[in-house]
Amino acid sequence: MKQTTTESAVLQGSQISQDKQKQSASAMIAKFRELGLLAFIVLLSIGVQIRNPSFLTWENINDIATNTAILSILAVGMMLVIITRGIDLSIGATLALSGMIAALTVSHYPDLHPLLAIAVGVGIGLVCGIVLGFLVAWVNILPIIATLGMMNVFRGLTFETSGGKWVSAHQMPASFKGIATGSLFGINNLILIAIVIYIVAYYFISHTRTGRRIYAVGSNPDSAEISGIRTGRVLWLVYTIMGGLSGLAGVLWVSKFASAQGDTASGYELSVIAACVLGGVSIAGGVGKISGIVLGAILLGILNNALPMINVSPFWQMFIQGTIILIAVLVNALVKRGIDRNHLMRRKI
Amino acid sequence: MSETEYVLELKGITKIFPGVKALDDVYFKLKPGEIHALMGENGAGKSTFIKVITGVHSPEEGEMVLNGRKVQFNHPTDAQKAGIAAIYQHVTCYPDLSVTENIFMGHEKIQRGTNRILWNEMHKEADTLLQQLGAGFSPKTLMGALSVAEQQIVEIAKALSVDAKIIIMDEPTAALTKNESEELYRITERLRDRGTSIIFISHRFEDMYRLASKVTVFRDAKYIGTWNVDEISNSDLIIAMVGREISQLFPKKEAVIGEELLRVEGIGKTGYFADVSFSLRRGEILGLTGLVGAGRTEVCQTLFGIEQYDKGTVIFKGKVLKVKTPREAMRLGIGYLPEDRQKQGLVLQWEIGRNITLPTLSKFANKGIVNSRKELDIAKRLAEKVSVKAKSVFDLVSSLSGGNQQKVVFAKLLTAELDVLILDEPTKGVDVGAKSAIYEMISDLACSGYGIILVSSEMPEIIGMCDRVAVMREGRVTAMLDRQGLTQEAILEASMDDGASAPNTDGKRWAGA
Amino acid sequence: MKPRLLENKKDFTLKDFFLQWEWLLVVLIMAVFIMNTNLSEYFLDYDNLRDATMGFLDKAFMVLPMVFIILMGDIDISVGSIVALSSVIMGDLYNHGMPMEWAMVVCLAVGALCGWINGLLIVKFKELSAVIVTLATMIIYRGIAYIILEDQASGKFPEWFKFLGWDYVGNIPFILITFAVFAVAFGFLLHKTTFGRRVYAIGNNATASRYSGVQVDRIKIIVFTLAGLMAAVTAIFLTSRMGSTRPNIATGYELEVIAMVVLGGISTAGGKGRMIGAILAVFLIGFLRYGLGLVNVSAQMLLIILGLLLIFSVAIPQLKLRFTTGRKA
Repeated sequence: MKQTTTESAVLQGSQISQDKQKQSASAMIAKFRELGLLAFIVLLSIGVQIRNPSFLTWENINDIATNTAILSILAVGMMLVIITRGIDLSIGATLALSGMIAALTVSHYPDLHPLLAIAVGVGIGLVCGIVLGFLVAWVNILPIIATLGMMNVFRGLTFETSGGKWVSAHQMPASFKGIATGSLFGINNLILIAIVIYIVAYYFISHTRTGRRIYAVGSNPDSAEISGIRTGRVLWLVYTIMGGLSGLAGVLWVSKFASAQGDTASGYELSVIAACVLGGVSIAGGVGKISGIVLGAILLGILNNALPMINVSPFWQMFIQGTIILIAVLVNALVKRGIDRNHLMRRKI
Repeated sequence: MSETEYVLELKGITKIFPGVKALDDVYFKLKPGEIHALMGENGAGKSTFIKVITGVHSPEEGEMVLNGRKVQFNHPTDAQKAGIAAIYQHVTCYPDLSVTENIFMGHEKIQRGTNRILWNEMHKEADTLLQQLGAGFSPKTLMGALSVAEQQIVEIAKALSVDAKIIIMDEPTAALTKNESEELYRITERLRDRGTSIIFISHRFEDMYRLASKVTVFRDAKYIGTWNVDEISNSDLIIAMVGREISQLFPKKEAVIGEELLRVEGIGKTGYFADVSFSLRRGEILGLTGLVGAGRTEVCQTLFGIEQYDKGTVIFKGKVLKVKTPREAMRLGIGYLPEDRQKQGLVLQWEIGRNITLPTLSKFANKGIVNSRKELDIAKRLAEKVSVKAKSVFDLVSSLSGGNQQKVVFAKLLTAELDVLILDEPTKGVDVGAKSAIYEMISDLACSGYGIILVSSEMPEIIGMCDRVAVMREGRVTAMLDRQGLTQEAILEASMDDGASAPNTDGKRWAGA
Repeated sequence: MKPRLLENKKDFTLKDFFLQWEWLLVVLIMAVFIMNTNLSEYFLDYDNLRDATMGFLDKAFMVLPMVFIILMGDIDISVGSIVALSSVIMGDLYNHGMPMEWAMVVCLAVGALCGWINGLLIVKFKELSAVIVTLATMIIYRGIAYIILEDQASGKFPEWFKFLGWDYVGNIPFILITFAVFAVAFGFLLHKTTFGRRVYAIGNNATASRYSGVQVDRIKIIVFTLAGLMAAVTAIFLTSRMGSTRPNIATGYELEVIAMVVLGGISTAGGKGRMIGAILAVFLIGFLRYGLGLVNVSAQMLLIILGLLLIFSVAIPQLKLRFTTGRKA
């Protein structure tokens, strides 16, 4: 038994009323987790606001939101990977590589339409993802090893393509920088893109067969094979999606910060994984919700933004992030143990 | 014979795994609307046979005819498309997904054009299916929150949802209580009346007599025969399954019963068992039986330190026993032969010799440095003592047959100085020849002064070997029988739910010892 | 009738002997030598080779315990961070007046403690994989290093401290001697002792090992503690060679260490492989890197090569399996 319930079990509301008590135990903890996260976010915000009144200003909130947007886009892909019991450490490097190539492209062809620049980035990311998917699904290499190896290859390629130089703001056309700074209907593009991705991903994982099969593969790979699911293809797809999203995030990142460097987003994969485990994605596979990871990403975004505002040295950030990951996974494990024990207690002997 | 008389016909099926013939020229015929029992001991080839029918394994030889047409399944989906579904004892499901999804995984209902999953339709249909089967839970429940019996109902609903014409049930009653089994019988009969053919695999004669009209017996991977259930006597059936009279199989010698070694007083572990008491003397073979899931293995594992009991006391050789690890248990003199020899008993990729010496490695070492010569000598001596059939102790354990692998596990126990041996299903998946050798070994061990706890679901084995028998049901000891009172009926009665008793119609009894 | 087990010796065939993975490494090392000699006249020179060895041996200390960890089917990606943390603590304590000898002892203790924490978490929370536990501690340990030193460096170590990483005993580098001693000790521990045998047993089948009375948890904790300790040894040599320390040192070392172990023929599925393979892989990667450095191949190119080497050395056995059995493992 896993401690959280999946998308499907929750989303269909309550068509049949006399749900047994058994169901609600696990479902409640899933809800409780998100409410808990939400409550924590609110309390944290209030606390920070008291210490520093410039925290809850429109400008700062917008800043947090745009920062969180990129993180949460990546978390969507990472969630799919973790649901299949995998992990992807290469996304920071994929992001850098696609961002770099997109930036180099626009610096050589300043008239390129921004959408084409995005396409270039996403394309590079997809290629990276396809390679990874091939290694994990077809060659059958452990995800940790495959992504650790390719992380270095992608990172090395980033340096090689740029010759070790930066692409800086003045080399980028305004249209390219506008991808991240522009807005539609008064909402920043990054936030819009992120929301579109949540919706598409939500639809994909809860209303399409392929999406549900990702959960099936993570929940029980052997059964999935017997049910006629091509687990290899599902894995391949998941890493490809992750690659594509990393590519997109690469373009957004470079556009937002108006610079592409060899070490862009180095170590960023850790924040993404943190957002996932905070949002209740189970490392054991099969469990994860969009709403959870969005909250997880928002919490991390707020922390990253708020800590400097309340005079916590930026050098504490890494430690805090690591501790959050550790505590989140330990709590997940303990909650699950508690549920298992409850089940045993209820057994009549 | 008309071509359509049988829905499924298998002819001359042979399946070979590296080193073993798992099926050897096997035949099977199934009529529409028939419940056909498939019987045989553990390791007789029943599971492999199912896997051939369901397309998990492709046979080396033989042909499969479905509705008069020759078919070949290369993948489980091929069998599913042909209308064959299997329900396994250990339900293979997705614990994190809802019941509906478990039912429809692989054949979800989708909207044409958009490919959107039609959740409402699926929930509705799942609910209908579940209601047909008399289930009392909602299709939105998480699979992982259901009991084994409930999960099995979901599996049956799954088979119905693909409109399976042939349903294979692999020991579905093994983990069920009496009432739950009744429920399953009812459902099965209803399926039959709708024209579904059912292959029913079970160890329990009761299941067969209650449900089946035909019975086919396999033994040692070979086809033995097919009979009408009302035309074969119980003892003939046992001979067909075992291959000889039971009395010849159990060479029990009278051992000298000595002092008390172990006394278990009211131990319990939340959620697994409660209030378990028994005692064991030197030279005695104490049987521990009951249905699968009755808590036998869990009791043994707490005695061996794999798990901890939370109530009661255990007295071992006059002292209170509270072991936290298997290592402590072995040091004190308790050994355990685990139920699953491949997962728990052996390092399959290792040589015989290394496996034998693993539990007592320190004995063959000087200050932590292994003395290979000494190790080799002991390993060789013990391997010979338990008659492992192999070229040398350097052969890999994975290359041995089930029976020989089990002998290696026995040899591991003999390296340590032990007083109590707990043997958990020692003959599971072992061929008849090796079985008899293992029985002889157990008997010899008892004679040489070990106290032995024999856990087994096979009644002939329990009756043939034990001095006393503790029967467990749903986590409690329900009867303590000594050799005089040891009958099939007494054991069955104690292992079934209240109000149930063994079928005692003439000729339909378990064979006694 | 008891069957006799006649043979007292293992079958020995020349074919099996030469089909061992380690020979492939030997051949590769020879190829690297030939290639490098052709590329650069400076390569095949005793002094150069000796000094090159000193350059890549620092991380080799971590390879030794990592062999144990991967043999058990686990992984530890926090070792690079342990190097940074123990080095930073050592440097900072020295700069705050602690004698260097004591700072070194603390460094070793910190490394061992970090490793012990990893081991303890992995053993107490079996439902979590070593990947996620060491991923978290990797961030935490380096995070602590950043908290201590922020963006500063610490250094100005005593002259004698330099000796460890830069000097020779006779004509042999001190670091090489130390490594040889540790390599022999770890090889002996793995192949000749009950401890090593049990590590192999755990890697092949942890459940059966537990049922056979092997103290799986204890052994895991010991091995992870050793990994932390050896990371601290690396920290000492690395700090000595660099002359100063920063929180960002040894970034990415875990990759190189794991790559060396896997290239050395230790299976990521656990239970298979030998110490000698990993040691050969240390020298293979070291000389390759040195040779490529001589002909001005960039550090980034090396990163790519290293990543690809890791992938290929895991992929080859997998592909072999796939094509011989026709199925995935």
